[in-house]
Amino acid sequence: MITIAGAGLAGLATAFEVAKRGRAVTVYEKGASLGANACSRFAGGMLAPYCEGESTELEVVTLGLGAAKWWADITPVTRRGTLVVAPNRDRAELSRFARRTEGHQMVSQSEVATLEPALADRFSQGLLFQDEAHLDPRAALVDLAQKAEALGVRILYDTPAPSDVDLDCTGMAADLPELRPVRGEMAILAAPDISLSRTVRLLHPRFPLYVVPRGDGVFMIGATMIESSSERQISVRSLSELLGAAYALHPGFGDAAVLETGAGLRPAFPDNLPRLTQHNNTLYLNGFYRHGFLLVPAFAAKAADQLTSETSHEYSRQRHSA
Amino acid sequence: MKLYDTVITTPLLLGTAQYPSPAILAEAIKASKTEVVTVSLRRETADGSGEKFWDILQQSGCHILPNTAGCHCAKDAITTAHMAREIFGTNWIKLEVIGHSDTLQPDVFGLIEAARVLSEEGFKVFPYTTDDLIVGEKLLEAGCEVLMPWGAPIGSGQGLRNPDALRSMRAYFPDIALIVDAGIGRPSDAMQVFEMGMDAILLNTAVAKAGDPVLMARAMAGAVEAGQLAYAADPMERRDMAVPSTPILGLAELM
Repeated sequence: MITIAGAGLAGLATAFEVAKRGRAVTVYEKGASLGANACSRFAGGMLAPYCEGESTELEVVTLGLGAAKWWADITPVTRRGTLVVAPNRDRAELSRFARRTEGHQMVSQSEVATLEPALADRFSQGLLFQDEAHLDPRAALVDLAQKAEALGVRILYDTPAPSDVDLDCTGMAADLPELRPVRGEMAILAAPDISLSRTVRLLHPRFPLYVVPRGDGVFMIGATMIESSSERQISVRSLSELLGAAYALHPGFGDAAVLETGAGLRPAFPDNLPRLTQHNNTLYLNGFYRHGFLLVPAFAAKAADQLTSETSHEYSRQRHSA
Repeated sequence: MKLYDTVITTPLLLGTAQYPSPAILAEAIKASKTEVVTVSLRRETADGSGEKFWDILQQSGCHILPNTAGCHCAKDAITTAHMAREIFGTNWIKLEVIGHSDTLQPDVFGLIEAARVLSEEGFKVFPYTTDDLIVGEKLLEAGCEVLMPWGAPIGSGQGLRNPDALRSMRAYFPDIALIVDAGIGRPSDAMQVFEMGMDAILLNTAVAKAGDPVLMARAMAGAVEAGQLAYAADPMERRDMAVPSTPILGLAELM
C-alpha cells in the first residue's frame, strides 16, 4: 500500500499514476472535501508550455509538452491554442515575446478577427500558439479524483496523514526548506456578450493579463504574482489592475459581472521549478508554482515510478527497519 | 563612493523585481557585483508576509535599500518608509513619490516634502527625482546627501533622454553622490553615465527582463568598469572633422 498526503493536484495525479502501475494507494486529505485546500482552484488551467517559455527554464517547455494529451484522457481539454496580443503602444512587447518563445506564428489584424471575432479591429497583430490548450481546473480536479477512485484509489477526507507517509504533496503546508509562497490573485467574470474560444494573453510591461474562457460567457482572469504569504482577499489595487487590463482587451468586460475573486498561495522553490525530493523516509512532490496543471503529468509519472520501482522506498524502509 | 556613511566599491545598485525566479535574481546579484539591492515594500507585504523573499535578499549579503515604489503622495511614502525601517532594520530609504501612474514620473513637490520629514526623523534619504537643478537643490536643503536623477522614465529602457541636463547636474553638484536611476536599457547607456562622471547607476528592468538576466548583469558590470576607467582616463574631445593621426609632412599636396 502506498500512502500519499494531500488530495490536491499533485497528490491525486500521483495516486492515479501509481494506481495505473497496479499498486494500491490511499490518499489522506485533511480537508473535508475535494479541493478545499488546493491552491489549484485559483489556477487558470492553461496548458501553455510555449508561452511559459518566455519567462522560464526550457525544462518547463519540454516537460509540459505532453500535458494536454495526458489531461485529455481525464477531463475535457480545449485545444484551440493561445492568442497573444499587445496594445498598439506596447507592440515591442509582442516582438520580444515572439523572440523568446517557440511554437507560434505571427497573425495579422484580419487573422486575429477570424480567430476571435470579438477582438476584430482591436489589435493590429497577434501571436498564435496553435498547439496550446486549456481546461477547467476545478472540473479537472473532480474528474481526476473520479478516475483515480475508479482505479481503486482510496481518498480519505477529514483525515490527517500518518507521519510516515510515502509521498507528501501538501504544498505550502509541507514546510520544506527553501519553499516559499507566491501569492496569486484572480477573478471570474460573466460576460455573456463576449465570445472568446481560446486563451488570450494581453502583454503589458506592468499589468500582463490572461483570460481563459470557461464556457457559457464565463471567463477566468489572472493573475498577480506577489512575494507574500498573505491569504487575505484580493486587494483593490490588484483587482482594479486586472479589471483594467480586461477592459483594455475588450471594453465589453466593462459590463461583465464579477462572479468571484480569489487569492491563493503558489508553493515555489527558488528556481520556480517543481522538485521531487526525499527527506527521511518520505518523498516530497512540491513547488509547482504557476505550472501545476502543465507539469503535474510529467512529475506525477516520475514520482509514481520512484514509488513503485524495485529499489523503492518501501523496500528501503524495510531494510532500514530490519 | 560614499553613500551617507557607507563606503561602496561597486557603483551599481540593483533592483530585485521582475526576475524569472529568485534563483536567477541571486545569480544576477553576484554577476553584477553589486553591494546594494533595492526592494519594494508593497502594502500587501507590509505585515511581514514577504519574509521568505526578503530572506533570500538578505542572504546575498548586500545592503538593503527599501523603496517606496507605488506611493502617490508624501504621506504614503512616509508611512511606507516607517514600515521599511521596522522590517529591514535600516534607516536607508529610496524615496519615490509617483506623480502619474502611467508615466511614473516623480511628483517633485511631494518628494521634497517627504524628504524633509524623513530626514528630520533620521532617515538617510535616496530621492528618485528628475534632472531639474532647483529640485535637486531643494532636496539637498531638505537633508538629502544623495540625489537620484532619472535617465528616462522607469522601465522604458530609453537610455539618457537628456544628457545635457545630467551633465549640468554633475557640474552644479560636484560633491554630491549622483546616482542615475531609471531608464538605463543597455550597457552602452550605463557607460555613458560614467563617462560623464556620475557616481553610480541603479538598474532593474534592464537586467531582470533581459533574455538572460545573469549574462546582462555581467555585461552591465563590465560597462560600469569601462565607463569609470574612461572617465578617469579623460577622453579626448570630439572634433568636427578628421584629424590625421599620422604626420602628413612630406606628402605631396594634390590640391
